[in-house]
Amino acid sequence: MPKAGVARIDARFQALRAEGRAALGIFISAGDPDVDTSLAILKGLPAAGADMIEFGMPFTDPMADGPAVQESSQRALKAGMTLAGVLEMVRAFRAGDQHTPLILMGYYNPIYSYGVDRFVDDALASGVDGLIVVDLPPEEDRELCLPALSKGLGFIRLATPTTDDVRLPAVLKNTAGFVYYVSITGITGTAEVPTDMVTRAVERLKRHTDLPICVGFGITTPDQAAGVARCSDGAIVGTAVVKTIKASLDAHGRATDATVSDTLGFVRALADGVRGARR
Amino acid sequence: MAATAQPNSLRAGPDSDGHFGIFGGRYVAETLMPLILSVEQAYEAAKADPEFQRLIAYYHTHYIGRPSPLYFAERLTAHYGGAKLYFKRDELNHTGAHKINNVMGQALLARRMGKNRIIAETGAGQHGVATATACALFGMECEVFMGAEDVERQKPNVDRMRLLGAKVHPVTSGSGTLKDAMNEALRYWVSKAETHFYIIGTVAGPHPYPAMVRDFQAIIGHEVKQQMMAAEGRLPDTLVACIGGGSNAMGLFHPFLDDTQVELIGVEAAGLGLDSGKHAASLNGGRPGVLHGNRTYLLQDDDGQITEAHSISAGLDYPGIGPEHSWLYELGRVKYVGATDEEALRAFALCTRQEGIIPALEPAHALAHVGTFIGDRPKDQIVVMNLCGRGDKDMGAVMPKLEAMGLLS
Repeated sequence: MPKAGVARIDARFQALRAEGRAALGIFISAGDPDVDTSLAILKGLPAAGADMIEFGMPFTDPMADGPAVQESSQRALKAGMTLAGVLEMVRAFRAGDQHTPLILMGYYNPIYSYGVDRFVDDALASGVDGLIVVDLPPEEDRELCLPALSKGLGFIRLATPTTDDVRLPAVLKNTAGFVYYVSITGITGTAEVPTDMVTRAVERLKRHTDLPICVGFGITTPDQAAGVARCSDGAIVGTAVVKTIKASLDAHGRATDATVSDTLGFVRALADGVRGARR
Repeated sequence: MAATAQPNSLRAGPDSDGHFGIFGGRYVAETLMPLILSVEQAYEAAKADPEFQRLIAYYHTHYIGRPSPLYFAERLTAHYGGAKLYFKRDELNHTGAHKINNVMGQALLARRMGKNRIIAETGAGQHGVATATACALFGMECEVFMGAEDVERQKPNVDRMRLLGAKVHPVTSGSGTLKDAMNEALRYWVSKAETHFYIIGTVAGPHPYPAMVRDFQAIIGHEVKQQMMAAEGRLPDTLVACIGGGSNAMGLFHPFLDDTQVELIGVEAAGLGLDSGKHAASLNGGRPGVLHGNRTYLLQDDDGQITEAHSISAGLDYPGIGPEHSWLYELGRVKYVGATDEEALRAFALCTRQEGIIPALEPAHALAHVGTFIGDRPKDQIVVMNLCGRGDKDMGAVMPKLEAMGLLS
């Protein structure tokens, strides 16, 4: 029986460590630009070289995201995406893939509205392995983090350049799966990732935790992904992927024949970068 | 272990994590947490520092023009034919609204923290103007985030901000309204964490903002208490204030929360009617959720997506409300009602004709509700309404509507 939940994330990082390389995490917004196209992209991601998937739960008010992810979230909402719809897509994906970790990423209100206990159960049953909920810092761990961990769902925390050594232990305490290092003090996709600073930051984090450290918020090219892969346990790319989706749409914002192939083609290029960057 | 004692004061909140019951809290991205914690720490130190309090008192007296009068609205009292109506005249403050009370406190806190660059969000522009004003006074840089649609609708206030030296950022993301302006201000703050201070304009946002803004606005209620004792020798029977985010109401109510004989009424914007789906009444038409750093009542759909608020008053046009209001609502200590666009417009005209005071559309909502009950109250009762802003800013929006309603001469 294949592993599920946080165990699936752990198993993937263990396998990659044996391979001697870092992970490529790919972010897309569920339902962007429509459910069918988004599901086709989702299903194609593992074969294109994504080792892990960050699947965005669309929200009207994405406080920590830049324009590109905001727009992808809006496209998905406009296409009728709901949290229940997100879980349904995960179920469809999981039917064909038992090994690629899938992490839901988003904001707390839709989950709170859905009901925390019901959400944790339904997420696990659908094949979700972990959660990144941007607006739940350790101070609010009782809300969702602890209930999720107790059922075996990973809870991945963001650490940032402003998270100092005093605060780090609190941030890492109830983190499971991996640590997501936000490489810039800002919102998603607004600045280039500074590789030397990332190296120092990853070293600092490693002094506090044995969890894998993945880096995101600012990786736009295969070269940058390779750079980050050399100094961390994983590179996560989101903004550049949803920009590729957007660029493939027609004048009315609808998917074209190129949407799935362009997106997966870009992911393949990123994967080549990451796989070429053996450590 | 002894059981936890019931709190014997309604004024003790929030707890150390910023919760009022289940409401409030700190629901922000990790990038913001260190910032929020440093603001909290600095505010706790400032609050206990007599020099900080002396500075606030100084600017209240010499710059804002406090105390604002407590005015017996004699003609309106006669018009309604019931209890006595008093206005707390916070529209006479410098810059024309209660917003400056809070801004002065936060600007002084920013200065104390060595932060010389200020960020603010604004809807109607009153908080933006107040912030730009304090920044001019203290020689600080000021950037104001404002929904693109509001930039068009509130041009005079945009001009005032620019004249005062502020940079106004029109926000087109999301729906381009006040909530999006707040999202954008938070995003900007995250990227400028080291150098900038964010002055939030209402009793919402992550802890410590709801408590801090309330403390800075509580001067309104403290003055009313003293002024009423001087004028009538007793506390009022009823206090009424309008509610968007709820800072003027919280400022008026808070010093009276433990005076349980005093009835407290908050008036939300019912827009085209509470049943129309087009309103800004978070308590009367929403349910608890998490947005902008706090848990509170929100306008949202079944999926937890935030929905658009509607009100003729840009200052009330927000899909949330301060968390302390949500707590007081569930406790039943404050009664929350609604007034529609049309009712507010009629009250706007009435106040102007009867008292020679052009109120802002926001307190016109409060007056509209006062008109529904004050005539039935005995003549020896006393009602105080917070006249929290003046209406000059609303002339453009109001005149065509009043003309159409046949309320102009």
